[in-house]
Parts: sequence; C-alpha cells; structure tokens
Amino acid sequence: MKSSKRNHYLIEFFGLILALLWLSPFYLMIVNAFKTKKEIFTGVLGFPKEFTTENFVQAFVDLDFMRSLFNSTVITVASVGIIILFSAMAGYALARNKSKLSGLIFLAFVAAMLIPFQSVMIPLVSLFGKADMLNQAGLIFMYLGFGSSLSIFLYHGAMTGISVSLDEAAIIDGANRFQVFWHIIFPLLKPISVTVGILNVIWIWNDYLLPSLILSDSAATIPLKMFLFFGQYTKQWHLALAGLTIAIIPVIIGYFFAQKQIIEGVSEGAVK
Amino acid sequence: MRNRSLSFWLFLTPVILSLSIVLIIPFIYGLIYSFTNWNGMVATEFLGLKNYVALFKDQEFLASLWFTTKFALVSVILLNFLGLGLALLVTRKMKTSSFMRTVFFMPNLIGGLILGFIWQFIFINVFGSLGDLLGVEALTGWLSTTATGFWGLVILTSWQMAGYIMVIYIAYLENVPRDLLEASEIDGASSFQRFKNVIFPLVAPAFTVSMFLTLSNSFQIYDQNLSLTDGGPFNSTQMVAMSIVKKAFTENKMAYAQSQAVIFFLIVAGVAITQVYYNKKREVDL
Repeated sequence: MKSSKRNHYLIEFFGLILALLWLSPFYLMIVNAFKTKKEIFTGVLGFPKEFTTENFVQAFVDLDFMRSLFNSTVITVASVGIIILFSAMAGYALARNKSKLSGLIFLAFVAAMLIPFQSVMIPLVSLFGKADMLNQAGLIFMYLGFGSSLSIFLYHGAMTGISVSLDEAAIIDGANRFQVFWHIIFPLLKPISVTVGILNVIWIWNDYLLPSLILSDSAATIPLKMFLFFGQYTKQWHLALAGLTIAIIPVIIGYFFAQKQIIEGVSEGAVK
Repeated sequence: MRNRSLSFWLFLTPVILSLSIVLIIPFIYGLIYSFTNWNGMVATEFLGLKNYVALFKDQEFLASLWFTTKFALVSVILLNFLGLGLALLVTRKMKTSSFMRTVFFMPNLIGGLILGFIWQFIFINVFGSLGDLLGVEALTGWLSTTATGFWGLVILTSWQMAGYIMVIYIAYLENVPRDLLEASEIDGASSFQRFKNVIFPLVAPAFTVSMFLTLSNSFQIYDQNLSLTDGGPFNSTQMVAMSIVKKAFTENKMAYAQSQAVIFFLIVAGVAITQVYYNKKREVDL
C-alpha cells in the first residue's frame, strides 16, 4: 500500500514537470519579448538583464492592435451570432419534420463536412470577387456556409431531448412556428448553443487563410497582422515576440473566465 | 412541420442558401474548371484530363503528397498515444489534475499561425543556443533541413492538438463505471490488466472519433506549415494544402491548382469514409 502511495506522488510529480514543459514555449516567448534586440541573440533562456517594455509599445502601435482587435471581434461576433440563430432554426425544422426529404437535406449538411476548405477555395474566391463581395459581409456569409453543417448536426441531436408536445401545446394556444421556436425551443437549446458558440468562436477567431484571401488591409483581423515583423530577409524577433504575446492575451483572458465551458464544449463537439 | 408548410422552408432558407453558395456551387464549378484552362476569370478550352495527367508527373506535387501522408501517419499515432496518456494522467485523483488539464489544453485555443511563429523561434534560436551550450550538434540548424522541418511540424502540431485529443479520451474515460474498476481491483487485477481488459474496450469508440479527427486535421494543415517552415527548404516541407494555395494565388495557375484541390478532396473524403466505416464495423465486432 505504501509503495502505491509513493507511486501516486511520483506520477503527480511527473505530470507537473510535463505541464511545465508544456508551458515552456509561452515562457520563452514572454521572457524574450522583454529583452532588447541584442540580448535575444546573446541569451535566449534566462530572464532579461535589461528589462524593456519598449517592444510591446512598438508592436502595439505597429500592429494597429486596437483596430485589428476590433476587426476580429466584429467578424467573430457577427458570424457566430448568425451561425447560432440560423443553425438552431434549421436543426429545429429538420428534427420536427420526419419526412424523407428532411432526412435527405440533413444528410446533405452532414456530407458537406467532408469537403475540405481548400477544395472549394479557388472558385469561391472567384465567385465572390465577381459579385464584388470580397469584404467583411461576404466573409461573414462564408462563415455561415462553412460553420452551419456541424452546428446543425449538434442542434439536430439536441432536439431529440425536447418533446413535441411543447410545440403542440403552444400552437393550440395560437402561437405561430416562429414564436414557438423563439420563445420555447431556442431557450431550451441554450446548453447546445453555448457549445456551438464556443466551437465556432475558436475556429473563426484564429482563422487565417480565408480572411487573408478576402479582407483588405484596413479590415485585417489579428492573425493577418502577424506577418508584419517577418520580412523576407529580416526577422525582428524582439517585436515579433511582443506582438505574438499581445495577440494571445485576448484568448488567454477568455480561457481564464470560461475554461470549464470551453473544455466541455470542445469535448461535446468532438464526441458527437 | 410538413414539407409543404411555408415555415419549414423559411427556417431552412438561410442555411441552404449559404451552403449552396459557399460550398456546393463552388465545389461543382471547381470540378468543371479542373478539366479546362480556367484562369480565374474565364475558361476558353476544354482540356479533358490534361491537368490531371500533368499533376501526376509533377514532382513537386507528388513530393508534397508524400510529405503530407508521412506527416499525417506519424501525427495520428503520436497524437493518440499522447492524448490517451495525458487523459489517463489527468483523470487520476490528484490535487493538481484540473490545473494539468487546463495547461495541456491551452495551446489548442491559439491559432496555428501564431503557434508556428513561436516554435520557429524555439527551433531556430532556443534549440540553437542550447545546442551551442551543451555541445549537441543535433540541436543546431533546425528547420534548415527537410528532416528537422518534418519533425518540427510534428512536434508543433502534437503539442497543439494533444490536449484536444486528451479531452475526447477524458469524455470516454469518465464514462467507465467506477464500481467496475473497483471490482476488478478487488479481484486482483494489476493496473495494466485493468487498462487492457476493462478500460480499453470501453474507450474503444474514442479511437473512432480521435483517429478520424487527427487524420483529417493533419491532412489539411496549412497555418502551421506556413508560419513554421513556409514550405522550406526548397519546398521540401510543403504540404498539399499549401501547394494548392501557392499554385493558385502566387503562380496564378488556377485550373491546375483546382485539379490538385479535387485530388485533395478525394483523399480527405476517402480517408474519412474508410475510417468511419472500418471503426463502426470493429465496434460491432467487439
């Protein structure tokens, strides 16, 4: 018994070492972001000898960070908002209609998950270019198209737990379909809406390739700005590391406050 | 709701419209364009299979296909080992287990592009100075050769995604009934026997989910590839997704790039379907 207890602590100790190792890339990023350009070349491992916050100030200005933060927020909030609303509506309609056609439409959405982004990317950009829609509105519409499949799948699954008698009672009381959805079903779907929201926020906030093909410089989101310090011949690591740190801060703040929901949401999204 | 009812279609209109315009129509157009000389604006000539024939003679494309396949296979194995290992670790009764979960999952929330830049710094600058300090030559010159670029990408994506796979395994592990484990312990099963005979069969469905996810994710990697190696040295660490983007938007060979994209679709979809089919069958057999 004693040896098993010792083993237990040994495993916990090993786990903690592994966790520290897991965090070490962030440690290296942050300590070096506080060093001068010169010191990064002379010593990367230790704490900064000449502690400077100048990198952060300059990176913040160069990245036009408040603007890109605003752009990222607008795109993410708008896209995730319409994904939640329209996917919930579709999941509700498809779950309540038991016909063959409804099943077929549902299957089409599930099958669409098999199409990788790169295989439609070129015609998509060309199509939206012809329609003069290579802008934020066009991007948000695209996110609805790419995000709705998984979201509808999750809502459809959650609908099985909501009894049809609720709909029937409300309709007898004179409610129309949209009222039933908005006042009765949608509030009951809240837990799955949280999951759908989290999954889509993580994806859209971090997405690089699609917005890089669509957005102009003034509408650039945070990931698009990250190339700023990587010239063809020069790498300004002191600024780049500060910029990367700044870019990560909003995510870490979000993770800190919604950690439990995020891990649960991601797990639910993957397992179903 | 009936098929003919107006509300049924009204509820579906936004998503059907967006799916059609964003995925289905471009997909069909793309398929057609891949048989032509389309330049992004117009197609003037039907080329038949010419793009595809050229594709399979294109050493650069074949190399990227092979590189991607190798990468995906190594990643799938490593990620599932790591993910399951971490899950077994953090589901033990420990004071620090929720802290560990938080830490292991964290990289997964940050974009691959940002993580790729951080690791570029680590591989080049930190590994380099460690190598000089310890006199280990193997640590210097990372990302400047194909092999170190390959393992760099493997390390980066394993670090990023292991927490994600861990979360999936945790969901299944927590479903293993506690009394079943206690019963086996009373019966004198060792922890290895418990893992093999009790836990493993119950978490087998987790393999379906996580292998499917890791394989399909590893095939489609782009951001990490771009920020860590940018395909270098000499395009030798360029994966298929990057090859498509470069052919289309740097070299402007739209129809040719689209034929790559069609092959890419066939591989990703084929892998996914096989995987699901095979795992469903195996689960039933168990």
